[in-house]
Amino acid sequence: MEIALVLVIPVAGAMLLALVGHKRWAPEANAMMSLVTFGAAALLTGRVIAEGPMVALDEQFFVDPFNVFLVALTAFVAFTTALFSRPYMRIEEHHGRVNPARLRLYHSMYQLFSFTMLLCLLSNNVGVLWVALEGATLTTVLLVSLYRTPASLEAAWKYFILCSVGIAQALFGTILLYFAAEKVLGPGGTSLLWTHLYEVRHELEPTVLSLAFVFLLVGYGTKVGLVPLHNWLPDAHAEGPTPISAVLSGLLLNVALYAVVRSKVLVDGSLERNFSGGLMMGFGLLSVVVAAFFLSRQKDIKRMFAYSSVEHMGIMTFAFGMGGPVAAFAGLLHMTVHSLTKSAIFFTVGHASQTTGTQNMDSIRGLIQQSPTIGWGLALGSLAILGMPPFGVFTSEFMVLTTAMHEHSWATPFLLVALGVAFAAIFGKVQPMVFGETVALRLPHPPALVPVFVHLAIVLLLGLYIPPYLVDWYRQAAALIG
Amino acid sequence: MATSLSGQVVNLLAAFLLLLAFAMLSQRRVLTLIHLFAWQGAALAASTLIVAYSTGQGHLYFSAALTVVLKVMLIPWVLHRLIDRLYVRWDIETLINIPTTMLIGIGLAIFAFALAAPISQMASTVTRSTLGIAMASILLSFLMMIVRRKAVPQVIGFLAMENGLFFAATSATYGMPLVVELGVALDVLVGTFIFGIFFFHIREQFDSLDIEHMEKLKED
Repeated sequence: MEIALVLVIPVAGAMLLALVGHKRWAPEANAMMSLVTFGAAALLTGRVIAEGPMVALDEQFFVDPFNVFLVALTAFVAFTTALFSRPYMRIEEHHGRVNPARLRLYHSMYQLFSFTMLLCLLSNNVGVLWVALEGATLTTVLLVSLYRTPASLEAAWKYFILCSVGIAQALFGTILLYFAAEKVLGPGGTSLLWTHLYEVRHELEPTVLSLAFVFLLVGYGTKVGLVPLHNWLPDAHAEGPTPISAVLSGLLLNVALYAVVRSKVLVDGSLERNFSGGLMMGFGLLSVVVAAFFLSRQKDIKRMFAYSSVEHMGIMTFAFGMGGPVAAFAGLLHMTVHSLTKSAIFFTVGHASQTTGTQNMDSIRGLIQQSPTIGWGLALGSLAILGMPPFGVFTSEFMVLTTAMHEHSWATPFLLVALGVAFAAIFGKVQPMVFGETVALRLPHPPALVPVFVHLAIVLLLGLYIPPYLVDWYRQAAALIG
Repeated sequence: MATSLSGQVVNLLAAFLLLLAFAMLSQRRVLTLIHLFAWQGAALAASTLIVAYSTGQGHLYFSAALTVVLKVMLIPWVLHRLIDRLYVRWDIETLINIPTTMLIGIGLAIFAFALAAPISQMASTVTRSTLGIAMASILLSFLMMIVRRKAVPQVIGFLAMENGLFFAATSATYGMPLVVELGVALDVLVGTFIFGIFFFHIREQFDSLDIEHMEKLKED
């Protein structure tokens, strides 16, 4: 019942906003629909905590500790981003960058995007998961090109072609998975249901599954933004409207990684050696290192934080690749704190580039003088994402590093160097942007910075004290995927 | 007897599919490319139909019908409308080195067969020997997307890749579950429309559909 609510509300929201998305009150309606979705997700979470995992609607949907926390996180970030998008899009309209017709498209697609994300997470059918993830590309591609500038069109085209081609590989992987499953479970609808696959994972044909995993990793990995498949990511983040950058970084990448991890669990059951883990560690480490070195070369503020997302997705992929309860716990925690922190950063970055009228970091100066909340939000967010204690990112990165030292000590120097380089690059660029003499102008609408500080407060809290039910929850999920 | 005959027909159609993939790779005319794509859809639908008939898998009839409606009729029609309205109907692409591309294509086809060999031995379907062909046509479409410099042929390459994937699904497993197949078809259809919208936006901004104009966003 709750599952149906979580999925139906965003669809209803998309339909409603397709009709009235250009009205004056549409941003509020968008936030309202997202709030109701979040409420339904909270109900669902409560029920799963009380009653344990469940399947619903002819086994097509399922909830277990792993996906329920992502559902809650996705609905929450979608809601806070909708709050941020209210003043942001009004200011963009004031600056003449969007017109009412595009706002209608924007609001409607925003809801549809939430729907595809939640469908991905809740679907028990790995085929439907693929369909929903491709749907997520389709809903966001016209939003990346919302401003219709040459650069934004190029970014959107790249995003569309690369992600569609990438995800076509994942479809081939899914076909191979079905091919292996069909031998054990028989033909028909149930052979692609994850819960069924999970039960028979030890009987699946290893050669087929290892080939399938390669295709699935390349396919979904394109959407995660793993190097060398990350080319679309910085462009799409930099050229689209900032709320979209925030949900791409905070939600889409997580959900794509979720798909990879789900596939890994099946392959690990079938194969004796740690084939999938090795691949994921390799891709993860490469992403961390390459992205860290690209950070210092960036001039565009949104591009820089997009590369930072590549780096952090690399850390998570590496953590899930190592496997084991501690690394998986760290990976899940990092998913949570990264998505909260990175979306908070994009909220402040969005307003910062609006007050200064540019995304070029050399021209953004003295944010604190103009607006202390924007300036401090950016400064604190950057410190959090760089892994400064006491923020939660420190906790998860520390756990990843210590596990790596124990189990794969060769990888630790790479990780440490990359984290150091990333620190120098981001800190060195954020510091002059927030302090000093200002060039910024007042915004025509008051910015929405409550979501920024709510996110950062949660990240801080997770760094100091993780509530016991959350620990329990992460542990159960980690046991499932470790 | 019936099975072996239908098996042979499916093999023939599979060979036809591969031939069409090569033809698309070397074709410079946009209009002919769309015709080839429609023919590929028709071959795919025919082979699905024969597999459905010889194995009695009911949902494959539906899948074949879906292929006919979508890939033989609707999408080629949309593409025709698009190239008419964009005035690129008679466009001829220059710049592609056909002999080299074909050689790489042959290499890819051999690679695909080598990759598929161990898997097709495990398959129990009558059409298992065609898995290599399916894989080859996916890779050839991939190659086509890489070498093309214009937007419309790139998109046709993408759609041809989807054809290869559908063929892989029927040849290895008698087709995916219906709900998945419907979902994939929906994604392809919506994707085609979005590509169409894109063409107009690109043309409006750049006055041409060459992807070369869109290589500004690079790391310096």
